[in-house]
Amino acid sequence: MMLTLLILFVGVLGVLAVVQLIRVFELARKIRGHRDDQVTNRENRFQSRMMMVFLFGYFAFFAWCFWVTKDKLLPESASEHGVGLDWLLNFNFLIITIAFVLTHIALFYFAYRYSGHRGHKAVYMSHDNRLELVWTIIPAAFMAVIIIYGLNAWNDITADAPEDAHQIELYSFQFAWRARYPGQDGILGDANYNLVSSTNDMGVMTPKFLDEKIVELEGDIALETAKLKPEGYPEIDPSSTMGKQYTKEINRLERHKKRIQKLQQLEYQDAGDDIMIADTFHIPVNKPVHFVFRSRDVIHSAYMPHFRAQMNTVPGTPTEFHFKPIVTTEEMREKTGDEEFNYYLYCNKICGSSHYNMKMIIIVEDEASYAEWLAEQTTYNGEPAGELATGFHHLKSTPENEEDKQEATEDEVAQMN
Amino acid sequence: MASHAATAHAPASAHAADHHHEENFFTKYLFSQDHKMIGKQFLITGTFMAFVGMMLSIFFRLQLGWPGEKFAILNFFLGDKWAPEGVLDPNMYLALVTIHGTIMVFFLLTAGLSGTFANLLIPLQIGARDMASGFMNMLSYWLFFLSSAIMIGSLFVETGPAAAGWTIYPPLSALEEAMPGSGIGMTLWLVSMTLFVASSLIGGLNYIVTIINLRTKGMTMTRLPLTVWALFVTAILGVLSFPVLFAGVLLLVFDRSFGTSFYLSDINIGGMALEQTGGSPLLYQHLFWFLGHPEVYIILLPALGITSEVIAVNSRKPIFGYRAMVASILAIGFLSFIVWGHHMFVTGMNPFVGAVFTFTTLLIAIPSAVKAFNFISTLFKGNIQFTPAMMFCVGMVSTFISGGLTGIILADNALDINIHDTYFVVAHFHIVMGLSAVLAMFGGVYHWFPKMFGRMMNKKLGYIHFWLTFASGYGVFFPMHFTGLAGMPRRYYQYTDFPMLAEFTDLAQLISAFAILGAIAQFLFAFNFFYSIFRGQKAEQNPWKSNTLEWTTPVEHIHGNWPGPLPTVHRWAYDYSKPGKDVDVVPQTVPLEEGETDEGH
Repeated sequence: MMLTLLILFVGVLGVLAVVQLIRVFELARKIRGHRDDQVTNRENRFQSRMMMVFLFGYFAFFAWCFWVTKDKLLPESASEHGVGLDWLLNFNFLIITIAFVLTHIALFYFAYRYSGHRGHKAVYMSHDNRLELVWTIIPAAFMAVIIIYGLNAWNDITADAPEDAHQIELYSFQFAWRARYPGQDGILGDANYNLVSSTNDMGVMTPKFLDEKIVELEGDIALETAKLKPEGYPEIDPSSTMGKQYTKEINRLERHKKRIQKLQQLEYQDAGDDIMIADTFHIPVNKPVHFVFRSRDVIHSAYMPHFRAQMNTVPGTPTEFHFKPIVTTEEMREKTGDEEFNYYLYCNKICGSSHYNMKMIIIVEDEASYAEWLAEQTTYNGEPAGELATGFHHLKSTPENEEDKQEATEDEVAQMN
Repeated sequence: MASHAATAHAPASAHAADHHHEENFFTKYLFSQDHKMIGKQFLITGTFMAFVGMMLSIFFRLQLGWPGEKFAILNFFLGDKWAPEGVLDPNMYLALVTIHGTIMVFFLLTAGLSGTFANLLIPLQIGARDMASGFMNMLSYWLFFLSSAIMIGSLFVETGPAAAGWTIYPPLSALEEAMPGSGIGMTLWLVSMTLFVASSLIGGLNYIVTIINLRTKGMTMTRLPLTVWALFVTAILGVLSFPVLFAGVLLLVFDRSFGTSFYLSDINIGGMALEQTGGSPLLYQHLFWFLGHPEVYIILLPALGITSEVIAVNSRKPIFGYRAMVASILAIGFLSFIVWGHHMFVTGMNPFVGAVFTFTTLLIAIPSAVKAFNFISTLFKGNIQFTPAMMFCVGMVSTFISGGLTGIILADNALDINIHDTYFVVAHFHIVMGLSAVLAMFGGVYHWFPKMFGRMMNKKLGYIHFWLTFASGYGVFFPMHFTGLAGMPRRYYQYTDFPMLAEFTDLAQLISAFAILGAIAQFLFAFNFFYSIFRGQKAEQNPWKSNTLEWTTPVEHIHGNWPGPLPTVHRWAYDYSKPGKDVDVVPQTVPLEEGETDEGH
């Protein structure tokens, strides 16, 4: 209590002190004849010098930022197209840094050099068509170069994935990633958002998952129906508020069940031989990888900065991106001198509370280790993926399964059409 | 046309003659239809919103600089639910980021900037008694006020305010299950923005009509000050693009409340398969950015207009290349409508479309470069008066260049792949749009304060305010280029969960420290502003020796602006230091001397 009073007292004193201080300033200004609508020669000189000080300070800050971050920026690109992109980025930076330095020197030097003083008159210059034409054409020319280089790179990167690319699906949901590899048949099986369940993160279609979903929904329906007839209590009137709520939920579950039954009647690509991976996924070095993306709930973005790759994952709209990794994790550990270095997949589109911690580790390794790793994984059907897990037929290619592969690709094309 | 306008206003001038008619507190300060008062209302409301937006940014900068650290101030403002023991909650972090962006982009830099200076300057600089419709003008302000009140109100709802980012992409913004902020908080956001769009449309139409119809005798389009040109094109952009945002928002309301599926498809959330299918989230992004990109220029053009005016006045020189400046305003205005796709390079949009957007976007660099070069050459061989306004506008040219140049990198779709949604983007738009517009707005406030309040703002405090704001602005945003290049995604509650990002803690702390310094500097401004309203030095009629018409009105505000007949304009607004004149100021109302040329204006 005393303390509060004391603080209050000090506060009041403080305000009074400030008010008095302002009074003193006001009087001092009056005596000195200080005017706020005129800038004295001295003030002009001082502020113009400050402009020069700022110019050097700004450049120094630029250099300092560069200096302290130079070892923390992304290491050299781990993907083939990224090497070209890094070159393009440096090229563009060179141009804009030169423009930045020159214009800033001109701006602040002029501000310093032509600072005003009383009695002086500025030089009247209203325009100069030739000069203005020059500084329209120069940026236009630079833009032309930048556009041509940029679009060339863009067209290469967004061209169709090469036919021998490994197809991997990346799937996002709040707040994790899953990767899926095609199994023996070489094709990613179909998936449907209606099938997502605690045992089926990615909602893939297999006869087993379809049946399970029906059972699950029937269970839910039974639970809801039971709510209408609580044991030891009178039956709930379906037209009451509570009753309506339960009936609504039952109807929703029934419709969901119908959608599953419809799916069962469709011809679909069985995903039973596919392999789902959480946390850490592997890709082979020097082979193009074709990522296809799906999302369960909201938009996420698959961001793999070390590979200079990014693509949003959009619910209802499949997206894709392909690149060829060229540096293995081991090699990158040596290059960066960081034994714990890892490639990461980030989420880079705001997606909810744990957006900041939605990641997977990507391991790039030689083909043999990759095939070995994949063979050890388990398929949806619960079988070991085995040596011939797909996308990798050609790793152990015999004339016989070379033909298989051909067929598989044709199937794939047919399916896409 | 101009003479016609003058006749049309004969009754108004008669009305102005007996300006002693009764005005009570309500009609003078609250429901005023006088454009000068409405301008001041916009300024003060906008400034209040800006302080809220700034405080929100300080809250999340504390978390970003010192992740997981306890701050009593966070607990004090946000309470135990959103900052238990002073540690910011991740959902509240996203909400703070969202509302900070919304407030700064719309409430400060759209309504606050355009609303203030369009209202104050358009009638005064074109020689009109008031806006074409005083009533609509009043309506525009009060809708803005209502919209602000709802947005502020949304901060206090139990599930928190909207938190899906200021762009509120669905499905995140459409589904309550996706985040708590997408519940009632998002509903209030949508209601608030709907009112905001209405306010902005009503205001914009009024500005356009006024500029076209109410110019005084002799005020041809080529004699308009560049501020008016900029505000004119800004209003056109707003009128053409805000309705599209409205459409987008309306469809989102339908999806949220009436079970439609414009933006929703194949979604399984909260253990439920949504029955809304067939829509596309990309549709929303197209609609949003069709406003969103012109919006950038709705913010920037008035800032460029203010800068043109302040730099010319204080260099005591004509703005260099007036016609090129007008042409580049028009070019930027036109191009701003065909570049929205550059926000969507990695959304899965057709790559060919992306290529077209890269091309159109990079074209904007050309008129922007012309503007920058013309600003710089206006300084050349000038007699520069470093008033606080001039300091801010020179600063604005610097940020406009610094931020504009990094836009060239981001517009390049191939390069955008790796820096999209990283801190590089945050650095870019905060410098080119945020800092530039804020600096120009400050410049405008210092410059036109004597016109608004009849008193001068304190110059010394103005200098200190400028240097602190300018230096801390760069201190905050410049290092972000580098963290962005290192692959640091934006909107991360904390980046310490990724080893390669955790290394930037020192830099993040530096950024937060600069942010706090910059915030403190703004309180200096607030003090100067309110102090000077009451106790500043009394202003002369034309304190900056300016040519434009607003300085021919009396210091005391009167209804109808000019006590006698409207002034007649005889020359352009930039005859500073004209050879053959004794003084360096030749107001627009001074007739041409015999043999004097006006260079075809």
